Amino acid sequence: MPYNIVALLKRVPDTESKITLRDNAVVTEGLNFVLDPYGEYGLEKALQLVEQHGGKVTAVLCGPADAKETIRKALAVGADDAVHLSDPAFEGGDAAATARVLAAALKQIPFDLIWSGKQAVDQDNAQVPERVAELLDLPHVNSVIEFTLAADGKTARCVREVDGERDVMTTTLPAIFTAQQGLGELRYPSLKGIMGAKKKPITDWNAAALGLDVAAVGAAGAKFQVIQLEPPPARPPGKIIPGDAQTAAQELARLLHEESKII
Amino acid sequence: MKIESVYFDEEHHLFRETLRAFVEKELKPHADEWEQAGMFPNELFRAFGKLGYLGLRFPVEYGGQGLDYWYTVVLCEELVRCQSLGVGVGLLVQSEMATSVINKYGTPEQKREFLAPAIAGEKIAALGITEPGHGSNVANLRTTARRDGDDWVINGSKTFISNGTRANFITLAARTGGEGARGVSLILVPTDAKGFSVGRALKKMGTHSSDIAELFFQDVRVPVSNLVGEPGRGFAYVMELFQGERLVLASFANGIMQALWEEALNYGRAREVFGLPIVGHQAWRHRLADLLTQMEAARQLTYFACDRLNRTASAQKEVSMAKLYACELVKRVAETVLQLHGGYGYMEEYPVCRFYRDVAAFGIGAGTSEIMREIIAKEAIG
Repeated sequence: MPYNIVALLKRVPDTESKITLRDNAVVTEGLNFVLDPYGEYGLEKALQLVEQHGGKVTAVLCGPADAKETIRKALAVGADDAVHLSDPAFEGGDAAATARVLAAALKQIPFDLIWSGKQAVDQDNAQVPERVAELLDLPHVNSVIEFTLAADGKTARCVREVDGERDVMTTTLPAIFTAQQGLGELRYPSLKGIMGAKKKPITDWNAAALGLDVAAVGAAGAKFQVIQLEPPPARPPGKIIPGDAQTAAQELARLLHEESKII
Repeated sequence: MKIESVYFDEEHHLFRETLRAFVEKELKPHADEWEQAGMFPNELFRAFGKLGYLGLRFPVEYGGQGLDYWYTVVLCEELVRCQSLGVGVGLLVQSEMATSVINKYGTPEQKREFLAPAIAGEKIAALGITEPGHGSNVANLRTTARRDGDDWVINGSKTFISNGTRANFITLAARTGGEGARGVSLILVPTDAKGFSVGRALKKMGTHSSDIAELFFQDVRVPVSNLVGEPGRGFAYVMELFQGERLVLASFANGIMQALWEEALNYGRAREVFGLPIVGHQAWRHRLADLLTQMEAARQLTYFACDRLNRTASAQKEVSMAKLYACELVKRVAETVLQLHGGYGYMEEYPVCRFYRDVAAFGIGAGTSEIMREIIAKEAIG
């Protein structure tokens, strides 16, 4: 049976970009943006399921107006259409405020299941999909590395990796799943996909279209405040332990035990 | 990594981004292995065919993408970053050099039999022009094709043929008429034809993952319908279609220069001499500033030639200028970046070492720098 699948995506700075900070925020001018890699795994699984069972994949992304280019990457890879949630009022939100926007949008999009990344690589909150699930009163399974739909299409079996063990969970649909790296092999967009991306529909929704109170979203609705943002401290230089193998090994063991407390 | 230009839009950028990730993850890790093997695996043709990269300019009807030369330029600039130049050479011989003539002048049957499977990566193509005694002087080549009933009977030999050891067909230049340029025709020769043989794979200074070979033709029979376009027009076709090949070489050079520049900065920032990083010394700062200026000139000249080729299909002078300038410059850039690395640049473990060897052929292949100067002078001076 065919499935309507939503892939929740996020636009993040390319992990190879040099991040600069100003006024407790990341300077976005001149940054190269990509789809969040964990979200890409969710999208890949959504595409595979639709290839297998039929249906369609809708990419949903909340981000500023110029995030369209990033949305089109999802369309180039194979999503059928997209919804762009964009409003100046959405900006500066925390996980709770953003989840409110996504949940409001998802009330207007028919879906059988939702995929998302287990976290986004920019802020590593790992909260948004879970909050969306709560707001929509849906079951959710996070950090999924294996996924199978039951033949009747009513339940899904998920495998998660937990402390070196495999945790198997079954849930009814509709539900929200978050992807762990390794859930599938990411595909490259074909040229046909790249050339066709602009022809696929992107629906724009702002706060008014979703009937959202602007005081509950974006910076205004955020409970989370950034007091100070600073780059990680520079890595201290490496240490070379002199001496023959036996002395050096003893000294290394001592340092690992006493200084870095790893063993 | 986004290369801004008035010529590039969002699709070009996304194509480049996709290619860069593909090259980095799927090709570069195998570069050393392929260099040592003297060849990249045949499966790459199929993989590239599947991604749609082997028919960028060719019609959708035969499996191509129906795009302009800009996508070829982006492909070339990015492919060389895998640090195994033979991959770029092999794939572009397949997708541009050996097949563009079939696309332009071939019959629908020829396109179905040769072009479509080349675009899909199912048949490997080679271009047979250079002969042991005749390189730049194409008009004087000696391989003959004699008409016998419904067949051409081909005799002669070719050398320095890229993809030569494994091609399924050769787009062959042979003499069907009298002496001189007007006696040359292009004929499609399947390599399973009786009387065709491949000599040894030639050992060469660089481009180690590209198989180049000598080919021999002894009473090889192919149907007369394998003639491309009109008899006696082969030389004209070759001259026309070399424009694409030369644009490819200029773009390879631009891509390599970009990669060399990054190598220079990586090494020059990390390595300290006399208390300063190499790039902190004015002697190097000025040298690098000069190089970057010339690299930008080479790139913009190539883009100018590409734009003209896209719009007018005849850009002999502009393409020759781009090929001459970029392919001569890349040798100087490689030499300078090697010098910046000092003794380490001479070691195989640094990419500059391989690039230095590979670019030595850039003033030779696809028309030598001397021939480029002849073309430019002839067009500009008469």
